[in-house]
Amino acid sequence: MSTDSAPAPQGNIAEDQRPRIAVSALTTNLREYGLIIALIVIMLFFQFTTSGTLFKPVNLSNLVQQNSFIIVMALGMLLVIVSGYIDLSVGSVAGFIGALAANMMVIWQLGPLSNPLVVSIVCLVVGGLIGAAQGYWIAYHRIPSFIVTLAGMLIFRGICQALLGGGSSVGPLPDGFKALSSGFIPDVIGPLTLIPPTVNAAGKTIVGSGLTLHMTTIVLGLIAVVAYAYFGVRTRRKRERHGYEAEPFPLFVVKTLVASALALFLVYEFASYRGLPVVLLVMGVLISLFVFVTKRMTIGRRIYAMGGNPKAAQLSGINTERLTLLVFINMGVLSALGGLIIAARLGQAVPAAGLGSELDVIAAVFIGGASAMGGVGQVIGAVVGGFIMGVMNNGMSIMGVNVDWQQVVKGLVLLGAVIFDVYNKNKA
Amino acid sequence: MTSTILEMRDITKTFPGVKALSNVNLSVEEGEIHAVVGENGAGKSTLMKVLSGVYPAGTYDGQIIFQGQECQFKGIHDSEHKGIVIIHQELALVPMLSIAENIFLGNEHAKYGVIDWDANEARTSALLKKVGLKEDPKTLITNIGVGKQQLVEIAKALSKEVKLLILDEPTASLSEKDSQALLDLLLEFKRQGMTSILISHKLNEVNRVADKVTVIRDGRTIETLAKKDISEDRIITSMVGRSLDDRYPPREPKIGEVVFEVKNWSVYHPIHAERQVIKGIDINVRKGEVVGIAGLMGAGRTEFAMSLFGRSYGRRITGEVLLKGKPIDVSSVSKAVEHGIAYVTEDRKTYGLNLIDHIKHNITLANLGGVSRHSVIDDLRELAVANDYRKKTNIRASSVYQMTGNLSGGNQQKVVLSKWLFADPELLILDEPTRGIDVGAKYEIYTIIARLASEGKAIVVISSEMPELLGITDRIYVMNEGRIVGEMPAADASQEKIMRAIVRGEGKAA
Repeated sequence: MSTDSAPAPQGNIAEDQRPRIAVSALTTNLREYGLIIALIVIMLFFQFTTSGTLFKPVNLSNLVQQNSFIIVMALGMLLVIVSGYIDLSVGSVAGFIGALAANMMVIWQLGPLSNPLVVSIVCLVVGGLIGAAQGYWIAYHRIPSFIVTLAGMLIFRGICQALLGGGSSVGPLPDGFKALSSGFIPDVIGPLTLIPPTVNAAGKTIVGSGLTLHMTTIVLGLIAVVAYAYFGVRTRRKRERHGYEAEPFPLFVVKTLVASALALFLVYEFASYRGLPVVLLVMGVLISLFVFVTKRMTIGRRIYAMGGNPKAAQLSGINTERLTLLVFINMGVLSALGGLIIAARLGQAVPAAGLGSELDVIAAVFIGGASAMGGVGQVIGAVVGGFIMGVMNNGMSIMGVNVDWQQVVKGLVLLGAVIFDVYNKNKA
Repeated sequence: MTSTILEMRDITKTFPGVKALSNVNLSVEEGEIHAVVGENGAGKSTLMKVLSGVYPAGTYDGQIIFQGQECQFKGIHDSEHKGIVIIHQELALVPMLSIAENIFLGNEHAKYGVIDWDANEARTSALLKKVGLKEDPKTLITNIGVGKQQLVEIAKALSKEVKLLILDEPTASLSEKDSQALLDLLLEFKRQGMTSILISHKLNEVNRVADKVTVIRDGRTIETLAKKDISEDRIITSMVGRSLDDRYPPREPKIGEVVFEVKNWSVYHPIHAERQVIKGIDINVRKGEVVGIAGLMGAGRTEFAMSLFGRSYGRRITGEVLLKGKPIDVSSVSKAVEHGIAYVTEDRKTYGLNLIDHIKHNITLANLGGVSRHSVIDDLRELAVANDYRKKTNIRASSVYQMTGNLSGGNQQKVVLSKWLFADPELLILDEPTRGIDVGAKYEIYTIIARLASEGKAIVVISSEMPELLGITDRIYVMNEGRIVGEMPAADASQEKIMRAIVRGEGKAA
């Protein structure tokens, strides 16, 4: 036995640091990369099994429009789960808000209050109030969130159905409102026709022929990619200037290039159809906001601390009651937004809107690597988790897989992802 | 002539990247109390996990010979079957089950799966008598104190026909009185011929009961001392690899004006509303002064501190808190922190740290404002702060990105201390700051306390270890049953004087 292989906890910390940071940067990010790779593999799989339908621009737009409400709600659910709680009411709240919005716009003649924008704002406020009402019991009376939100799930589904007069649907909703889900951003720059569409004998263009690019989408995409790379480099520079180890340069380059290439590919796809869906823009803004809040803001840090050890957080001067309330208010607002998106996509409010979607939302967050014990989870993980669920829904539907079996597959993927997580954690 | 009951030869255990044990040898004679001592992280617990089969045969190198047979334990079941029973530091009892249910958990007297409660309770009564615990077997674990729970654990071990009893830090959370009782029990078992291994930090206990002491340092056996060679100094020298002439760092107190004052502080129990826990306490602390609060377990010291710190304990709190002569509002933790009060809890794992987050995030948690602007955290500033405090308090970790859950007790304590130092308090209340941490780390904590005092902070230390209070404080308050029953300059104080104050106070209260 050689002497130098003995553990030496004292001293030589500085020398150990460099390689360990490199390794830990890789291992801590492995989960996130692994998830994104899994999403890409699943997409390629369905691209192949649906003989190329999945990546058709029109299908990609559909995919985004179908799943955006899950991802929007998953952002709120991530914070709820990281805080150590759960919210089962989001599907019902979304359904209720859809019914409320439809009634405000179609049935109740409220004059200027029936304006889609005003209705949307009112609905978001109502969502916040619902979140506050539920959060109040959870935060200040320590009633388990599972029970409070289970009650909420029953209550708001009931009110939703009652508002719709039991079983019937309310619609059609105004076009201005439907644009939230099915609209595309206007092309302010103007289209660029690369290949003119084929004109048939009657002098009409054949749909789907030719190639015209939605230039506003292309420009926005390019700006986003350049900004992403710029901020990445700037952060690196800043770290290095202060003498800290950043992640290994090759890793950084590969990561940035892959992410940019993927983003540009998607931008091109959207641009060759009708441009960026409005809902994707809304989602993108929200995702960036939540990444920023969780990674950089004090309130985000406090949420993780509260989920990790509520007592320690409280004794560190964090007002855990108020923080819990805020987390549920946020969840309520996002559930309301989810409800508006569903209603806008369907063009009407139906009693079953959002039914069971709380489970998809929760599954997305757990597939994304959050811990049911609280304190662990990433926004990007939840978003990718949401897309994995969405792509599987979409892909299996195109393949013609029976809905029953789709559920089985989704269940297995959820279980597999969590087992993979736990296994990884134990190995570390 | 006694015979060797256990021999562990050349045990080497490696974890990815670390060699936790290298060629450790341990030889235990039948009928002795063999103490294993060493700093935290020295490898004591790993060694015991190897012995009890938590790390199964094949995952380590070396031989275990028990009662003349080479053993290859595949799990705890195998070692228990042979009569090796380990009682862990963290008690493994189910709180909402009764004493009898806990003792025979997984091992019930039953026929075809139907439990014979009479048999279980009769055996439990017999076992409880053996360990000297007067409780009904039907009492729920949650309703008895930690000291008694420890006895239940031992009774549970006895129910398994134990030949070798291993106790991992059994007195870490016990009061002086309970600890004494436990040690007496160990001696009694020895008279009956049982062999025990005692893992402990408390050298006076080791000194009292052990027949032999094996010292482990950095995953190696340093030496095994026979009874006649056992002395605290010798063990300490051997444990830390250097001699600690003085267990407390020297300091020259520079005591200024009164910074902090509490007047007529009263608190009632949070559940039993009629019970007054703190009964009109007055204390004061001066600038640059280290004030100790001595007392037995249950004297109300922690309750007093936590009720001061943002009413984190109790109800119907009355009294006045003055900082530099002005009354301040300490009705919430954030207000207390704002006014410059910090409280380092006695239970760092439950109340002090977010164990699933790394050192950096833990250090800045109580003062996020100090590393952020407009609520946006400056990552680099935070990293600089964390590295700075890691250096100042000498936290041993691979980097500030190490999870606090993976640190040893002493290093965890330094993280909690760093957190509160970064909050830059005027008054620092330290509740059992060195509980469960090793001699070397203790010295480091004392040094930090001394440095803070010399920087002009006011410090309150709550401790059950009287030598510690005598060694590091300037003035000592003695607390008993929710009252201050004595106050003395540390220079005049002694363990006897403190005990006398407590006893006298008890007479007064009755």
